[in-house]
Amino acid sequence: MDLAIPDMALVVLIGASGSGKSTFARRHFRPTQVLSSDYFRGLVSDDENDQSATVPAFEALHYVAGKRLQAGRVTVVDATNTQREPRAQLVRLAREHDVLPVAIVLDLPESTCVRRNADRPDRDFGARVVKRHVSELRRSLGSLRREGFRHVHVLSDESEVDSARIVVEPLRNDLRGETGPFDVIGDVHGCRAELEELLDTLGYAIERDAGGRAVGARHPLGRRVVFVGDLVDRGPDTPGVLRLAMGMVEAGNALAVCGNHEQKLVRALRGKKVTVAHGLGESLAQLAEEPAEYRARVEAFCDQLIGHYVLDGGKLVVAHAGLPERYHGRASGRVRGFALYGDTTGETDEYGLPVRYPWANDYRGSATVLYGHTPVPEAEWVNGTMCLDTGCVFGGKLTALRYPEREVVSVKAHEVWYEPVRPLAPEPVADREPTALALTDVVGKRVVETAVLGQVTVRGEQAAAALEVMSRFAVDPRWLLYLPPTMAPAETHPDGDVLEHPREAFAGFGGIPVLCEEKHMGSRAVVLVTRDPDVAPRRFGIEGDGAVHTRTGRPFFDAALTERLLARVRAAAAGLWDELGTDWLLLDAELLPWSAKAGELITSQYASVGAAAESALPAALSALSAAADRGVPVADLLARMESRAANVAAFRAAYRRYCWPTSGLDGVRLAPFQVLAAEGATFHDRPHTWHLAVAERLRAADPDLFTRTRTLAVDTADPESVAAGIRWWEDMTAAGGEGMVVKPAANLVRAGRKPVQPGVKVRGREYLRVIYGPDYTEPDNLARLRDRRLGHKRSLALREYALGLEALDRLTRGEPLWRVHECVFAILALESEPVDPRL
Amino acid sequence: MWPGTAVRDTSRVLLTLTTTIRPATDLGYLLFKHPAKAQAFSTAAGAAHVFYPAADEDVCTAALLLEVDPVARPRDGQHVSDRPYAAGSQLAVAMATVFRTAMTGRCDARPELAERPIPLSVRVPATSCRGGAALVERLFAPLGWRVDARPVPLDPEFPDWGDSRYLDLRLDGEARVADALKHLYVLLPVLDDTKHYWVAEDEVGKLLRAGAGWLAGHPERDLISARYLAHQGGYVRTALAQLAELDGATEESLDNALTEPVNAPAPLAVVRRQAVLAALREVGARRVLDLGCGGGALLRDLLADPAFTEIVGTDVSAGALAAAERRLGLDRLPDHTRERLTLRQSSLTYTDPSLAGYDAAVLMEVVEHVDPSRLPALERAVFGTARPAHVVVTTPNVEYNALFPALPAGQARHPDHRFEWTRAEFREWAGAVAERRGYTVRYSPVGPEDAELGAPTQLALFSRKEA
Repeated sequence: MDLAIPDMALVVLIGASGSGKSTFARRHFRPTQVLSSDYFRGLVSDDENDQSATVPAFEALHYVAGKRLQAGRVTVVDATNTQREPRAQLVRLAREHDVLPVAIVLDLPESTCVRRNADRPDRDFGARVVKRHVSELRRSLGSLRREGFRHVHVLSDESEVDSARIVVEPLRNDLRGETGPFDVIGDVHGCRAELEELLDTLGYAIERDAGGRAVGARHPLGRRVVFVGDLVDRGPDTPGVLRLAMGMVEAGNALAVCGNHEQKLVRALRGKKVTVAHGLGESLAQLAEEPAEYRARVEAFCDQLIGHYVLDGGKLVVAHAGLPERYHGRASGRVRGFALYGDTTGETDEYGLPVRYPWANDYRGSATVLYGHTPVPEAEWVNGTMCLDTGCVFGGKLTALRYPEREVVSVKAHEVWYEPVRPLAPEPVADREPTALALTDVVGKRVVETAVLGQVTVRGEQAAAALEVMSRFAVDPRWLLYLPPTMAPAETHPDGDVLEHPREAFAGFGGIPVLCEEKHMGSRAVVLVTRDPDVAPRRFGIEGDGAVHTRTGRPFFDAALTERLLARVRAAAAGLWDELGTDWLLLDAELLPWSAKAGELITSQYASVGAAAESALPAALSALSAAADRGVPVADLLARMESRAANVAAFRAAYRRYCWPTSGLDGVRLAPFQVLAAEGATFHDRPHTWHLAVAERLRAADPDLFTRTRTLAVDTADPESVAAGIRWWEDMTAAGGEGMVVKPAANLVRAGRKPVQPGVKVRGREYLRVIYGPDYTEPDNLARLRDRRLGHKRSLALREYALGLEALDRLTRGEPLWRVHECVFAILALESEPVDPRL
Repeated sequence: MWPGTAVRDTSRVLLTLTTTIRPATDLGYLLFKHPAKAQAFSTAAGAAHVFYPAADEDVCTAALLLEVDPVARPRDGQHVSDRPYAAGSQLAVAMATVFRTAMTGRCDARPELAERPIPLSVRVPATSCRGGAALVERLFAPLGWRVDARPVPLDPEFPDWGDSRYLDLRLDGEARVADALKHLYVLLPVLDDTKHYWVAEDEVGKLLRAGAGWLAGHPERDLISARYLAHQGGYVRTALAQLAELDGATEESLDNALTEPVNAPAPLAVVRRQAVLAALREVGARRVLDLGCGGGALLRDLLADPAFTEIVGTDVSAGALAAAERRLGLDRLPDHTRERLTLRQSSLTYTDPSLAGYDAAVLMEVVEHVDPSRLPALERAVFGTARPAHVVVTTPNVEYNALFPALPAGQARHPDHRFEWTRAEFREWAGAVAERRGYTVRYSPVGPEDAELGAPTQLALFSRKEA
């Protein structure tokens, strides 16, 4: 005897004590699938037969069952369940998780149960208990379906129990094996002519009957149509649309999910009392012209339509009104309700129409969801979902999405077939909802999957620190598409009078070609610039020209100055748009002078140290000189003090090189060194020489704003080349330069499974005086400072690099904002790590 | 984890003490340090040297030079440290070691000299001071010192940067040596106002001992005690400092969640909270969100009224939440009171569905801390996602700023205010929000009302239309 159970089910075993439920469960299910009340009694009380532990035992059982059902796992409850209330609790649990409850009843004779219990030494209850179970069970048998069990299997004797076989059946919505390709078509609403035109545009050959009526369509490459529902009502030819759609579905050339209009049409055709409104009247009138058997075919077709399909291995979900992730592949009344009608806020708009709850804004699932139901002016991606109802019947257009190509194909409505209650006009961008990011997108412990480095973990307290900075200081997340990774210095130079030296940097790259880039004396800046004012609203969902932000996401300048800066960048980029096939660019750059952004840091720290020292030192020197003159033995102290005075003077000279006055954009310079992303493309696979050539073209176009980055290619395997690199650095830093950054010439380079450091910095001796203090060059101090640990910094640099590249990949793949923001936020969170800030 | 061995050959922090009493060399007895010697002492703040630049019948000057490790890892959020040069708490620590006996007022060789005021001059050429020369005057003049405090420019090559926080400080007067040392011991760290070490409970005792006889009657007693005992710490602050450092911002500019606007008189905060509570009671709110609860002042009032059955305080700063928990004494509240309150981190620029379904939300002095460009996100999070039946918003009325005597024209009441609205501007924003989100809105003034300029605080009470 075959017992069918759906692939996502809560299986409730029902039977008296001694009826063999546990044996049955053991035989047909995996041990982890079976939750037995005896076992849970044991878990909470150390005694499987302790009836006083029944209440906590069932609480624990229900909790575990809930977790399993949440994960969509078939779960079997092994308890007597002969009374109505425990069964009702389980039916409720199944519904809460939108899985189907199934009953398997072991209706064995009382005598069999009594005999089995007698054989078990741990079961000391008498025949009376079994008798009660059996009588409760018999009284329940007739009402199990009414209680909500979708399948009820009754096994009435031992031979039936012995011969039973469990057959797991996929749910009707489970078409994961269907991989397409598909053409998913939005709400047709009786617009037959437009549907034929769209099918033709999509490359389908329409099949016609003797009267010339379209009765099917077939794609030469075997593509199939998926209708999102609402084929009927309002439009001029509902019967014609159905004839074509039914023909395609019956021939296997199309799938269709049920729309709310089909649901209502079925009820009307069956003679149920329904309000004839919203275009139902047109359908009924048109169908009245058709023969009765055609109406019967329509009724049968619409009646068997299901609420949603899960397709292509779970990567595609089609439902008429959309579907949140928790309902994908589930079966319950509310799942079907959502799929057909969507969710509303309970409020009505100025036209008296219900306000739809924008479920797609909250959608965070990985499956693409395609739907219709609510007319929109343009089909647009929202968090990996797209509404394809572009209001054809209201004079808009009929739209299809090619899947997996993700290409939108539309045909215009031939006329306004039905006057809309609410005008079908695009909302002004300014009034649109900001693209919502949810707190749960960023807080708590998170694991971000990156292509370059696998999983990167962000701890909860790191996220908590970043939340404040991101919320209070960063630019709008729609502009914040990338944050640069921190950069580790080269391994510490083991001797001499410097802490960092090119030799270690070159050695660290172990023989691969590198490019040395001059390290500018400025602040890291990320520049997002758009080609014209239409780009940002369309591409990033925000008004504006772009953004210029720091490495922690703060704006560099106020709005007006930012706009002027971006205007200059845009003008300089004029030659790049077509060449890179983009209308926006994301650039990694250095913005000079340092004092433009770090003025507060310079005055509060560096200049302060200089001021304190140059106030205290002369007084100390004169006090010591006076004491020495009196013959007090302070000569050593005095001599040391004099040499320190020179250190302070050098310190002041070092930071002063980074300061010059700016006024508006006068004095501001930009040194781009990497093209991070453009529409549909990232560039971390292009050599740095390519990136700097792009920068050079910007400089040629606007030499007042853009500044050149000097470079030197070094072959780390060639001693002469290495020597030249060292000389280059020595000359540059001797002339007051900050130092250099050494990068793998080819850009992203892997060593085994991990990428090598994307760049290491080699800072000049005098620049480091600003970082480590005036006296760091004293031999004793240098000796101590050499004992610095770089491992953590290097690891952090790699993790942040991987997150940054992941953000760019997601951005250029057109993924939703929350997916990009997740990476960007994670970089900021990692930056809250307590690493020595001097590294 | 960082190299911690002391560098023995660095000396910067300087204090000199000069007397003209005859014979001036008696200063050596008072300080227990011989004028002909150069002595070195190991102290918690570093090695300290004492020597005498001058020592004769007429004039005797003792110098204390403190060596602070110049390359130890600086305080969080800083690259380089000014500690090796600037006088502050570390100099006080060194004084307590080097002049411990002198500070007790004991002098075996010249007991009568220790007991009486003598002419003294003090010089501290790099005195770290938050508050400028005026503060030095306020602190030292009441103790009988003539004060000469000259600001040190930040950098003579960049005159427009202005003055540094250091003063070349000279004090003249007549005082017992022990008292002079105690004044400096307490007041140098107070002027500095940056704590280089954790303030522990025994600091209270140290303050009371060193302040015996002069602090209780000092007109700036409260400021002295508050600054001396202020403390800092916690993971979040460290993390924030780390982030601030990257951008060249100072830690103070990040962490203001706990500070009241500097120029707002304290009673206004009280009046404002009363106005908010009145609005909540008027609409009968029982389950209330305090969004941006900061240190929890409003939460305390809400807890005090059992009519508020469920109170949720949120803030974007985990540090503020920890402070609120501490200040409210959550772990000491009775179960029934504590159960009414939940504190958790949230952000007004991210949607947080767990905040949905409440009777009312309060945004008290919060919106002005949000960048104007992020207000649509706040609107969405509060009026779209949380969508309580009522929302109470208070914000400064910038027109009233003209009536704050201490507030320079055009300056905001708090450095972190991203904007301050006129009454018309506030109504324009609130009205548009109400229109878009299906709320009605009423406005009321909070605080003393000026006929022309209105009240210092403005309040808007939003009510959801179908509620």
